[in-house]
Amino acid sequence: MDFSLLINAIIAGLMLGAFYAAVSAGISISFGMLDIVNIAHPAFILVGSYIAYIVNVELGVDPIVVSIVALPAFYALGALVYQIYYTSFEKYGQESLRGLAFFFGLLFVTEVCLLLVFGVDYRSIDAPYIGSSLSIASMEFPYRLLIPFLASAAMFAVLQIFLSRSFIGRAVMAVSQDPMALRLMAVDPIRIKRIAFGISIATASMAGAFLIIIQPVIPSVGRDYIGRIFAICVLGGLGSLPGTLIAALLLGVIESITSVYYGPSWSPAVAFGLLLLTLAVRPSGLLGR
Amino acid sequence: MMGPLLKVDQLGKRFGGFVALDSVALTVAEGERVGLIGPNGSGKSTLVNCICGTLHNETGSVTFAGEKMDGLIAHERTRRGLARSFQLPRPFMSMSVADNIRVPLLYTVAARIGHHVSKAEADDRCMELLKLVALDHKAAKNPRDLTQVEMRKLELARAMAAEPKLLIADESMAGLSHSEVEDIVTLLIRLNERGITIIMIEHIMRAVMSFSQRLAVLVSGKKIADGKPDDVIKEKEVIGAYLGQ
Amino acid sequence: MRTPAFILIQIVAGLALYLLFNYFGNDYWFFAGYTVLQYVVLATAWNILGGYCGYVNFGSAGFFALGAYTSVFFYNVGQGVDDLFPDSLAGVMHLIFPLPMPLLIVIGGFVAGLVGLGTGYLTLRLRGVFFAIATLALAVVLETLIINWEFVGGARGAYVIPPAEIPVFGPYIQFLFALMILLVILSLTIARLIERSRLGYGFATIRDDELAAEACGVPTLRLKLIATTISGALMGMAGAPFPYYIGYVEPGSAFNLSYAVNSIAMPMIGGTSTWVGPLIGAVLLGTLQQIATVTISSAVNLLIVGLLLIGFVIVAPSGIVGLAQVWMRKRSKA
Repeated sequence: MDFSLLINAIIAGLMLGAFYAAVSAGISISFGMLDIVNIAHPAFILVGSYIAYIVNVELGVDPIVVSIVALPAFYALGALVYQIYYTSFEKYGQESLRGLAFFFGLLFVTEVCLLLVFGVDYRSIDAPYIGSSLSIASMEFPYRLLIPFLASAAMFAVLQIFLSRSFIGRAVMAVSQDPMALRLMAVDPIRIKRIAFGISIATASMAGAFLIIIQPVIPSVGRDYIGRIFAICVLGGLGSLPGTLIAALLLGVIESITSVYYGPSWSPAVAFGLLLLTLAVRPSGLLGR
Repeated sequence: MMGPLLKVDQLGKRFGGFVALDSVALTVAEGERVGLIGPNGSGKSTLVNCICGTLHNETGSVTFAGEKMDGLIAHERTRRGLARSFQLPRPFMSMSVADNIRVPLLYTVAARIGHHVSKAEADDRCMELLKLVALDHKAAKNPRDLTQVEMRKLELARAMAAEPKLLIADESMAGLSHSEVEDIVTLLIRLNERGITIIMIEHIMRAVMSFSQRLAVLVSGKKIADGKPDDVIKEKEVIGAYLGQ
Repeated sequence: MRTPAFILIQIVAGLALYLLFNYFGNDYWFFAGYTVLQYVVLATAWNILGGYCGYVNFGSAGFFALGAYTSVFFYNVGQGVDDLFPDSLAGVMHLIFPLPMPLLIVIGGFVAGLVGLGTGYLTLRLRGVFFAIATLALAVVLETLIINWEFVGGARGAYVIPPAEIPVFGPYIQFLFALMILLVILSLTIARLIERSRLGYGFATIRDDELAAEACGVPTLRLKLIATTISGALMGMAGAPFPYYIGYVEPGSAFNLSYAVNSIAMPMIGGTSTWVGPLIGAVLLGTLQQIATVTISSAVNLLIVGLLLIGFVIVAPSGIVGLAQVWMRKRSKA
């Protein structure tokens, strides 16, 4: 048994898993806490990737910096999308069929637009750390995985602190469980949901930057991530940010090991297989409420 | 039939760490009119949901007409004669008032008698029920076009369409006017006279007192009183926990 | 209108269409028409679960591809009879293979229906949202399995060479076209029958309020499983002739996202409450796309479908049928 191969696969998997957590954080908020099935989330992530790409190519700015600058724009976009979603569907209780169709249409339109603008060539960014790794003992930490790993962890920590410590954050956690209580505190649940959804889309901006650092992108990459994201959120337990993190790390490791020993073409099935398994056996997930 | 129609035995239900129902026991004899009262959040609706199978109780059991209901899904319990109306009316919005009544006929009654109910027969039974609740003139209308009290009546009529042995009427009268409340109480008494056992869950004391032969009180998931209405409302705990509010 | 009359009218209409295309003399009409008819079946099938029961299926491509790859599988078996079977059986197998297309359609439908039943059994006890996500997952899992299965071509794809001509019909495409007409008749008839039957009431209650439906005695899980199986089976049947239609199948084309989008967009734009909606949506959008793919790029054409979907879902949720009903009501009041 080649130990160093296994160790490095696990390390890569953990780092990848942290990235998956960043990618899923948005859905953990919008689906886990707000009960909105935004399957278009990966499309927003791709938009983030391509924005990072353009600015990187034109101005040489680091993608993560770009994504932070773009945060307000993504937040505003999220708020707008939620407003449309609310006035068209949520108000009338029609969110199941029509809401899903709406987001699916959004996913699709975004992907096709990206396709028309950027074509089917893989795009990647240029950064000084890509290609090299940090070596400690016999363990390899590729920078293209390590930097997003650290940034994801930071983003996750900020989100968790915000949700558990700040007033708005706790209002977000409460809004799905008890909107009446919020109203009694003179807080408008709709406004809270709009803020939360805006935050969830803002995370897509950063996740997009991480994505394009880790791998070259084409518009259809988004769809590979739908399964991963929902698998992670369901496995971790809806509404639990720590659960999402654990599930993401788990998925990252399993995918990495599968990829190393059975080949990368099986990777997409891992997430989905895990999702189907979870739904069949323990739908509330590991840490679900 | 020997034994009580409904026997709820040490029923327990938790939501996470919150105990919604704590060893609730209730017995209802055939033909009885039982009232169930309790403050908001005392677990009345949870109790109904557990009896009818919409929620799964962790401990205790529900026995209906001598048969244990554990493990049976809601629709299976309805087919055995256990029907309920919902606190907030839940009519099927995409179909007419008459079609709403038709559904339990097509599914529950047909399953019980073992063969399909013919269109003509279904139409007859629909109109009969609608006449009973004075909604026959609105048979072709959409539930959206009904008034509050009419929706409540539709809710009850739909529960009746399943031809139940036991009907649980969950707060059918909230927000209704004095005469509207009387309407519903009269309706329920008439149904009872046809042989249907009824459990009335209500806040409106006037209605509960005039309807019930027996009164049970639920507070914080526990049953604290069960007996003749006139006696129960005089009990100290009941006054303190509920009537004092 | 009683069902036999309905079927008869469809047969007459289908025959008329077939003869008309024959008269035009150019096989292109059959190729284009086949695609539109295929979408009618897919849209109608989707609507049985989506429109009638309210459960969204994002994995139409998966069921479609199951039908397609079942055909590829049996085609490859037929081609490799001498390699796969011992000499004693080879003789018999040469008589059985290649399997006739109608049989392939039935088998494809059976396989897809079974998978639909299985997926439903695993996920329909949960909320509708989880079912929708599971269907998405299913399509990807199936695609990954096919990519890794060398016998049906894997990622490289598989060639299927149909006979050039066939007795009675002439060019093979005309035979496929006729079969697709039969599938359209089958799906529309099934959809209409469901609508008018007790099953239709049951489906509608599930869509309106599943909890209340259970309380009324409707066996919701059983009905949902029925809907999923019928829907999946029809999609598989639509997919079975696909390899013979297109000649070369690879996972990208069989599992193409456009199937998922179209099978949702067509019923939602046409109208989900009745069998007429998916028909209108499929004919309109299908024809538009045939024109667009030739004149503009296929990417722009899909963009338009997506935008129309979003637009209709927000502005006209009852689809074209709904708009027509409102218009007719206004006219009768005026």
